[in-house]
Amino acid sequence: MKTKKTITTIFLQIITIAFFLLTLFPFFIVVINSAKASLEIITDPIAFPTHWGQIFTNIKTIWSSPSIRYASSVYASVLITVLSLISIAVFSAMAAWVLVRTKTRTSTFVFLLFICGLIIPFQVVMFPLVALFRIINETIGISMLRTYHGMIFAYIGFGSPLAVFMFHGFIKSIPAELEEAALIDGCSKPQIFFRIIMPILKPIFVTICILNAIWIWNDFLLPSLVLGVGQEIQTIPLAIRAFAGSFVKKWDLIMTAVLMAAFPIVVGFIAGQKHIIKGMVAGSIK
Amino acid sequence: MKKQKNDKLVFWLFLAPALISFLVVVIIPFIMGLYYSMTDWTAIAGVKPTWVGLENYKAMFSDVSFRYSFMRTFLFTLLSVISINVVALTFAFLVTREIRFRNLYRAGFFIPNLIGGLVLGYIWQFIFKSVVPSIGALLGIEAIENLLILADPNWTLFGLILAFTWQYAGYIMMIYVAALLNVPQELLEASEIDGANFWQKLVNITIPMIAQAFTITSFLTLVNSFKQFDIILALTNGGPTAMYQDQVVNSTELLALNIYNVAFKYNNMAEGQARAIIFFLVLSIISIGQVYYNKKKEVEM
Repeated sequence: MKTKKTITTIFLQIITIAFFLLTLFPFFIVVINSAKASLEIITDPIAFPTHWGQIFTNIKTIWSSPSIRYASSVYASVLITVLSLISIAVFSAMAAWVLVRTKTRTSTFVFLLFICGLIIPFQVVMFPLVALFRIINETIGISMLRTYHGMIFAYIGFGSPLAVFMFHGFIKSIPAELEEAALIDGCSKPQIFFRIIMPILKPIFVTICILNAIWIWNDFLLPSLVLGVGQEIQTIPLAIRAFAGSFVKKWDLIMTAVLMAAFPIVVGFIAGQKHIIKGMVAGSIK
Repeated sequence: MKKQKNDKLVFWLFLAPALISFLVVVIIPFIMGLYYSMTDWTAIAGVKPTWVGLENYKAMFSDVSFRYSFMRTFLFTLLSVISINVVALTFAFLVTREIRFRNLYRAGFFIPNLIGGLVLGYIWQFIFKSVVPSIGALLGIEAIENLLILADPNWTLFGLILAFTWQYAGYIMMIYVAALLNVPQELLEASEIDGANFWQKLVNITIPMIAQAFTITSFLTLVNSFKQFDIILALTNGGPTAMYQDQVVNSTELLALNIYNVAFKYNNMAEGQARAIIFFLVLSIISIGQVYYNKKKEVEM
C-alpha cells in the first residue's frame, strides 16, 4: 500500500515537472534568442547562443532604438498604470461608499448603471469614444487624445464598474453603527470615509490594484486608440507594436524587445507573488 | 435641513469622479454607437452623419466574410474553453497533491498570464515559424520540419488556441486551486475507507464540490475567448486566407479583429459599429445563458 502511494507521488512529480518545463519553454526560447545575432537566430533558433555577450549588444540596440524609446516607454507605462490604479481605487471606493450608505432611488439607479458597464464589451464603445474625445477637444478645449490625462481618464471610466461593484459588496458588510458613533463624536462625513472606512477597505484595495495593474500594463487596443501607435507618448505594448511593425523578421531584436518588455512585470510578480495570486483569485470569485 | 443638504452634497461630490468618467467613457459612447450604427457615420470631423436605418446591419449579414468570422469565432471559443479548462484543471489537481515545490510550480504555471497578448503573440509567431521546424530537424522528423503552422487555416487556429491556453490556463488554475483546497479532506478519506476509487471520488465528491468554480471559470474563459484580439493581431493578423462560399476570407480574423478591420482597414466606421453591436448582443446572450445554465446545475448538484 505504502509503496504504491510513493510510486504514484513520484509519477505525479515527474508529470508536473514536465508540464512546468513545457510552460517555461517559450521564456527559455526568448532568453536564448535574445543573445543571438541576426544570422545565428535564423540558422539555429533552439541552440544555446555562441556568445552570451551578444545580449548586451542587443539590449543596447533596443535601448537606443528610436521606435521603442525604451526608457520613455517604461516611464509612460509606469506613470499611466500607477496614476490609473490610485484613481480607480480611491474614486470607486468613494462612489461605492455613498451608494451603499444612501438609500434612494437615485443611488439604486446609479449602481445598476455601473453593473451595466460590467457587461458592455470594449468593442462596442471604442469608435464612438474616440469621436467623443475629439468632440470634447473641439467644444471645451481639453485635449483627451494623445495625452496622459485623457488616457488615465479613460482607464478610470473602464476600471470603475468592477471596482465599484467589488467595494459595494464589501462595504455592505461593514456595520453602519461604526460610522454613527464617529458622527456623534463630531466627525464630518468625508472624515469618516478617509479615517475609518478607507483603512478597513485595504484588502479589497490590494485586489483591485493587482487586477487592474496586469490589465493596464499589458493593454494594447485602448492605448492604441487614445495615444496612437508611434506617437509622442507610448506605453510598452505600443512600443513593441511600433518596433515589430518596422523591423519585420529582425527576430533577434524582437526577442530582446520582448524580453525587456516582460522583465519589469515578471520581476514585480516574483517580488509580490503571494499577494498577487491571492488578490487575483479573490477578485475572480467576487 | 442643513444637514440633509450637506449629505446630498457629499453624495454627489463622492460620486462625481467615478461616475463622470464612467458616463463619458462608457455610457455616452454606447448610446452614440447605437445611433452611429444606423447612419453613414465616417468619423471625419465636421461631416454630419445621415440616417440610413438598418442598412449597415443588412450589409453586414450579406457579407460572407462576416458570417465566416462568426463561425470561426464560435469554433475558437468552444475549443479554447475546453482546452483552457482541461489544462487548468489538470494543473490544479497536480499542484494540490502532496508533491515537492508545488508553490514553485503554481507560480510557474501562472507567469504566462502576466505577459500581454501582444507580446505573447510575437513570441509564439517566432516559435511557430522558426522553433518548430528546427525541433523537427533536430528530431529528424520531416513532417514537423516542414510543418508551416501559420500557413494552414486549421493549424493556425490550433496555434492560436495553444498560445491562448498557455497565457490563460495558469490564471484559471488558480481559481480551481482555491476551490479544491476547500473540498473537505475528511469526505475524501471517508469515501476511500468505503472503497471508492479515484474516478468515483472525482465524479461524486470533487466535481460537485467545485461546481461554483466551474461557473466562474467557464464564464471567464468564454467571454475572454470570444473577445480575443491582441494575440491574434500579433500572431496571425487574421491570416492565412481560405476559401469560403467561393470567396477569399481571412481564416483567423475573429469577430473583434473583423470589427476593427472593417472600421479602419476598409474605412467603414458605421458598419464596424453595427458589427460591434451585434457582437455585444451575441456575447451578452451566450454569457448570460451560460451563467444561468451553470447556476441551475450548481443547485442540482
